Amino acid sequence: MLEMKNVSFTVNVDGEDKHIIKNISLTIPDNKLIVITGPNGGGKSTTARLIAGIEKATSGEIILNGEDITTLNVTERAKRGVAFAFQQPVKFKGINVLDLIRIAAGKRLNIADSCEYLSAVGLCARDYIDREINSSLSGGELKRIEIATVLARGASLSIFDEPEAGIDLWSFRNLIEVFERMRKTIHNSSIVIISHQERILSIADEIVVLKDGEIEKHGSRDEVFPELIRASEVTASCSRQ
Amino acid sequence: MQKLDEIQKRLLLEVADLHTVPEGAYNIRSNSEAAGRRSTANIEITSKTDVSGIDIRIKSGTKNESVHIPVVLTQTGLKEVVYNDFYIGEDCDVVIVAGCGIDNCGNQDAEHDGIHRFYVGRNSHVKYVEKHYGSGTGTGKRILNPGTEVYQEEGSTVEMEMVQIKGVDDTVRTTKATLAAGAKLLVRERLMTHSSQRAVSTYSVELNGADSSADVVSRSVARDDSYQKFDAKIIGNARCHGHTECDSIIMDNGRILAVPGLEANDIDAALVHEAAIGKIAGDQIIKLMTLGLTEAEAEEQIINGFLR
Repeated sequence: MLEMKNVSFTVNVDGEDKHIIKNISLTIPDNKLIVITGPNGGGKSTTARLIAGIEKATSGEIILNGEDITTLNVTERAKRGVAFAFQQPVKFKGINVLDLIRIAAGKRLNIADSCEYLSAVGLCARDYIDREINSSLSGGELKRIEIATVLARGASLSIFDEPEAGIDLWSFRNLIEVFERMRKTIHNSSIVIISHQERILSIADEIVVLKDGEIEKHGSRDEVFPELIRASEVTASCSRQ
Repeated sequence: MQKLDEIQKRLLLEVADLHTVPEGAYNIRSNSEAAGRRSTANIEITSKTDVSGIDIRIKSGTKNESVHIPVVLTQTGLKEVVYNDFYIGEDCDVVIVAGCGIDNCGNQDAEHDGIHRFYVGRNSHVKYVEKHYGSGTGTGKRILNPGTEVYQEEGSTVEMEMVQIKGVDDTVRTTKATLAAGAKLLVRERLMTHSSQRAVSTYSVELNGADSSADVVSRSVARDDSYQKFDAKIIGNARCHGHTECDSIIMDNGRILAVPGLEANDIDAALVHEAAIGKIAGDQIIKLMTLGLTEAEAEEQIINGFLR
């Protein structure tokens, strides 16, 4: 379980304070898939990065499974069970897929076990295990490998920052299946997905709407999802006029 | 023949991956003396009579054979210049493993300047692996100045893998190659310098024959206060393809100068150079930290991959 208590994040731009996250409190319970959504620039990715420790909160507390992790760095949080999938997967030179999966698993997995994580994200493992993680891989392939590394971590809290960004429709359908599978096998762990996608929202247990750095809404999917759909239909009809 | 001690054996392992006596032809040189030699039916190794060094003659048609010619130095103050000439016949396919390890525990410089010349016959394929390594706690420098000259006849291919990862204080590497029609040269250089080490690597490749090609790629890391210069020139004198690439990571106060040079003397010469120098990308470190590595472990993984 993760608790964010009165978390704020402020940056200084040209001598002026910009409040990106404004005093948010949020609990992510175990065995739940939470989707954080909302307009661009609303603070979704920042919230994810604050949880992973990539950004440090200006004030407030972050508690993971009862432990205060607010002052811990990225590595320490990772070791305590936070996994993070980047919106833009990072490329390397000379590091291949097997290396990254082994680092993620924290042990020298054998090739067969490593391949399972690739198969789980719909990649034919044999074709990818030796591939270098560089620009020779497509956006969709990189994204799936990124997700495979999160699976390999076996973390208690897995965060996915806009997993749908930059991938084609075909890959996207696969991705939904991956999350649905994760949702089913979730056990004493939780999943947070930052997303705009209706299909992803539709598999959430809870939905959080983040706007202008504040939580506008937080409730079960059945509460929040229909409202969001109505709102988007209204926006769509407005734009048609 | 000299018997090898433990340090010399360790050096051999570092530079030639040798645990025991290698298969095939070999010549092991230790502190300027022969520590072992074997010729085979197709590969003959003989000592030079005018200068220090050996001639290696490989018969035409020799396939899937290897030659190991490692050198180890453990004596402080020792300076040597060695000439090794390889005469490779036609239609060969051979692997040549060279390399030099210096362990200097004394206060005087130890230096090995190895000049290797390769005469590669028509349609032969040569893979050349050269590793350099230094160790020892003495104040004396460990100096290696390899000179490599490659003369490639029609249709020949030479792949060179040159690695210097650790412990060499000062190195000036000079590599020259001339290629006839259809010949191909592939160079992969991996270099890492520490503390106040200095490394200069100069390439000059002449593409003289039609459809000859060269691909010279260097990946290097300069740490601490070390300095590197990479100077790669490709000269296209015919219809040819040339590519040079210098990809470097700087850390601490490391400095790197990359001087890629291209000279086209024929309208159908197609030459490309790329050079990039920078520190390790921050997002690479963060990504590996999210997988549970510390910052230092992340850096190590990135460097290891980069120099793989």
